[in-house]
Amino acid sequence: MSRTRTAGLPGWLYAPAALGAAFVLLPLVAIVAKVDWANFLDLITSESSRAALALSLRTSAASTALCVLIGVPMALVLARTTFPGQRILRSLVLLPLVLPPVVGGLALLYTFGRRGLLGHTLEVLDIRIAFSTIAVVLAQTFVSLPFLVVSLEGSLRTAGDRYETVAASLGARPTTVLRRITLPLVLPGLLAGAVLSFARAMGEFGATITFAGSLQGVTRTLPLEIYLQRESDPDAAVALALVLVVVAVLVIAWLRPERAAR
Amino acid sequence: MTTSRRAPFLAAVLAALVATTSLAACGSDDSGSTKEKTLTVFAAASLTGTFTELGKKFEADHPGVKVTFNFAGSSDLVSQITEGAPADVFASADTKNMDKLAAADLDGQEPENFASNTLEIVTPPGNPEKIATFADLARKGVDLVICAPEVPCGSAARTVASSAGVTLKPVSEEQSVKDVLAKVAAGEAEAGLVYVTDVKAAGDTVDGIVFPESSSAVNLYPITTVKDSKNADLAAAFVQLVLGSVGQGVLSAAGFARP
Repeated sequence: MSRTRTAGLPGWLYAPAALGAAFVLLPLVAIVAKVDWANFLDLITSESSRAALALSLRTSAASTALCVLIGVPMALVLARTTFPGQRILRSLVLLPLVLPPVVGGLALLYTFGRRGLLGHTLEVLDIRIAFSTIAVVLAQTFVSLPFLVVSLEGSLRTAGDRYETVAASLGARPTTVLRRITLPLVLPGLLAGAVLSFARAMGEFGATITFAGSLQGVTRTLPLEIYLQRESDPDAAVALALVLVVVAVLVIAWLRPERAAR
Repeated sequence: MTTSRRAPFLAAVLAALVATTSLAACGSDDSGSTKEKTLTVFAAASLTGTFTELGKKFEADHPGVKVTFNFAGSSDLVSQITEGAPADVFASADTKNMDKLAAADLDGQEPENFASNTLEIVTPPGNPEKIATFADLARKGVDLVICAPEVPCGSAARTVASSAGVTLKPVSEEQSVKDVLAKVAAGEAEAGLVYVTDVKAAGDTVDGIVFPESSSAVNLYPITTVKDSKNADLAAAFVQLVLGSVGQGVLSAAGFARP
């Protein structure tokens, strides 16, 4: 069998590509090399580490659920309807994606804080958000919502509305179409978006420390614990950092492009 | 079809990378001026105001010399120096971190204490919870914010509380004294424990309450030159400026006490 000539890539491209790969992978190797393996289990199972990990898992699950609850309707409205100002609204809704998380935290503080926009209303209702686990969930939802909306809206647009039109012409009501046609069709995209949101919530730092504070078991999530442990126990910080790296690797494995494109 | 399907996914992943890398970026600046001599001073964050002023005085006294600062938490600074960051002078907010530098054999001369700082209660303007004593901080319904015990201001708070026999129940243990101050100034917390100098620097945005129990935890500020400094003479001169009458005047104006 003779080799067919394909366009191929210019040879010089491989050097910068390899450099780029090394730039991403080397820090990961460095952190693995820095781990104190002999005490690894003790370090990640200490009381404060377990509290931080449990809190992170709990709050990230809650914020992912919240993202699905409000993000799916948002994506549907953005993908399936047209209204004036839609493009601007879409850009604004996606803003937390590129906003520095600290800025997001400040914005949340000025909204839900005691002297914030809704502060008085919340006080009347006797709801206290600052320094509570709810604040952590709000911060995480704020930064991870766009991930779900972006990936689901993409899936909706790619799936198109042919089947929905057919179902509607056969007499299915909008809710039935949504439940039986649209959502099953975009389920992979929805799952991918939810996993991305969860990962982003697990890694949330800036908005949480600005808006929610830091108290063991209440608001001190894994990234905050890592940042604090760095001061007194760098070994524990590195061990916990590795836990977050493993979570990230699992997320990427779950989101393998073939899987997302399926 | 495949590419158009992947495009949103890739966009999302890229955005994820952008968003997550913006975690706390610690600023360590590297000055590369060619003609002037540059003196690099690593100093605790609480020294930002006073040392910036002293730097200007030093530049005026030494034409052709530029003083650049790296202000951060003392433990961050020590780890930066031991990892090889180019520093000429190191001023720490506690002796513990200075000891770490000495343990790494990187102190250029015997460290000397140049100032001290104690804790003060801080409240939003008008003191809505009418805090008057240290014991009031433990009162039910007072939202108290202090530093985490891992950082110097938090270990000081813990020492003061245990010697006063008061059990503090903070709603948050912050990363740094500035975070405590910000949450009190924003009105989110009703009381906090910060340094005397922080209250002074915050001006009208907060009220300060001095309390006698604070004397049980006095934070000493040591300073030294860094070994292998390329500007050893200038570094020693800067240390002398801080220890001398000019430095002491600037420090006491900012609320620092003598060591």
